[in-house]
Amino acid sequence: MPDAIPADSVGIVIPQTAQFDEPLTLACGQTLASYQLIYETYGTLNQDASNAILICHALSGDHHAAGYHDLADKKPGWWDSAIGPGKAIDTNHFFVIALNNLGGCGGSTGPTSINPATGQAWQADFPIVTVEDWVESQARLADRLGIESFAAIVGGSLGGMQVLEWSIRYPERLQAAVIIASAPKLSSQNIAFNEVARQSIRRDPHFFDGQYLANDSVPTNGLGLARMLGHITYLSDDAMGEKFGRQRRHESYQYNYGIEFEIESYLGYQGEAFTKRFDANTYMLMTKALDYFDPAAQANGDLAAVLSRAKCEFLLVSFTTDWRFSPQRSEEIVNALIKAGKAVSYAKIEATEGHDAFLFPIPRYMQALSSFLTRIANQVTADGQQKESANAS
Amino acid sequence: MRPDLEIIDEWIQPNIRVLDLACGPGELLHHLITEKQIHGYGLEIDADDLNTCIQKGIPVLEQNIDEGLQNFDEQSFDLVLMTHALQQFRRPDLLIDEMLRIGKECIITFPNFGHWRSRLHLALKGRMPVSEFMPYNWYDTPNIHFFTFQDFERLCQEKNIKVLRWAAVDGQLKDHWWIRSMPNLFSETAIFHISRNN
Repeated sequence: MPDAIPADSVGIVIPQTAQFDEPLTLACGQTLASYQLIYETYGTLNQDASNAILICHALSGDHHAAGYHDLADKKPGWWDSAIGPGKAIDTNHFFVIALNNLGGCGGSTGPTSINPATGQAWQADFPIVTVEDWVESQARLADRLGIESFAAIVGGSLGGMQVLEWSIRYPERLQAAVIIASAPKLSSQNIAFNEVARQSIRRDPHFFDGQYLANDSVPTNGLGLARMLGHITYLSDDAMGEKFGRQRRHESYQYNYGIEFEIESYLGYQGEAFTKRFDANTYMLMTKALDYFDPAAQANGDLAAVLSRAKCEFLLVSFTTDWRFSPQRSEEIVNALIKAGKAVSYAKIEATEGHDAFLFPIPRYMQALSSFLTRIANQVTADGQQKESANAS
Repeated sequence: MRPDLEIIDEWIQPNIRVLDLACGPGELLHHLITEKQIHGYGLEIDADDLNTCIQKGIPVLEQNIDEGLQNFDEQSFDLVLMTHALQQFRRPDLLIDEMLRIGKECIITFPNFGHWRSRLHLALKGRMPVSEFMPYNWYDTPNIHFFTFQDFERLCQEKNIKVLRWAAVDGQLKDHWWIRSMPNLFSETAIFHISRNN
């Protein structure tokens, strides 16, 4: 927690939980008889519930997107740079909802939750969930909150995939889609990275085929290794070079296999810190969700044909040094949207941070987001006034 | 609206698909979208212009035209526009080919370097002209090709491009008889509406 809560922060937030007892049939064929979703909201929902923005999180994200949980918090939510009063996603205008996806480990039902059928934690038995399943569960949360249609749905990376799926699956339920540093499907290289991450977890002797909780164990080595690999792919060569170069721990080489370079130490720290906050089964499951996503498959690979269902307007953003989801991957979506005749704008932002750039307050990026959403906010207000005067007359 | 844009506006049918290359802050597109219900996109690389378009709700794509337009399908637009920008690209001739591949018709406007004032400036002063329409020094100008009304006409002939109509105007959009009769000498802005000769 900083000395004082900044004026442009949403402040202290308290997560809420929604319990769903209506069964949810998943893409894998299994059914969750009941489940819960944990979420946070920032800003105020207007009278006709037309000013809501849904934030979809990426691989290791959760519901804590902005503000602080308590005064002892060292860091705000993961996208605090973009969400708050006066920020790009302006909580003076919008009611922002951020949730932890199904299968997550932040409080929504997932591998660490109790399976009501057994009374034990689900662990590896938790069914694999897909981007489609997430959208389905998010739609139910929207119903619960009385939101028929979102002013915008926004997400980066895996979050962007959820936004894309929303635009296809529920075209009537969003006015605008913001897809940042994302892709219409994973490339073979992307899937390869995910598989190495999963293998490193599975091969950890403490993994016990995913039943590690029952064995009072945590596959920290495997999960840490997976995160280290992921971390490298999220940064750019330039960003790493700038931050660490070949900085050494000791004045001279030690000629052993201990930590010699700062980057080694940094990766080790990142990997270890991750194991303290993230569940290995959730990591396995989320990477799988990434692998499976391919909406164009419904139309023999024709993304434009699938996107022709969409009714919202789109903003796509990519970053020049992102090689995990390079600008070309965003452009695949842009080109398909043009082919489908949809309203789309696209900004390719010069950035050194690699894939992670979508979490940074890069001025041009925030400006594009803000310009786009300000107009949506004005539209929401104008529509509301129109409705009001129609009701009055 | 800029004078050349006003003339173009008269030539454009409602409800068509338009691609505006180097659309700037989207002035023309905004007008065409709101007044003529066209479906359009702009291409732009200037960050401020791009942001202005996003602000106004004009679909705009950040794309470097010099790096190619292969992402657009053949004949996928009714009209491809380029106003006051052709002189800024590496290979205007190849770009025109691309424009005619993507669009059924194209409208191109450019500053006519054959205007008598440019000629006089160069002839008398021996230095590159700086005018209201080309307000740059030779070293900092975005314009890398200087060509005339006649040069463009000849390129169209060489490429077997059909000129559907043209206009030649001065800075104030005035379309005097002397400009019409000697566009190469008197027009400040040349406007061409072209298509492939089928």
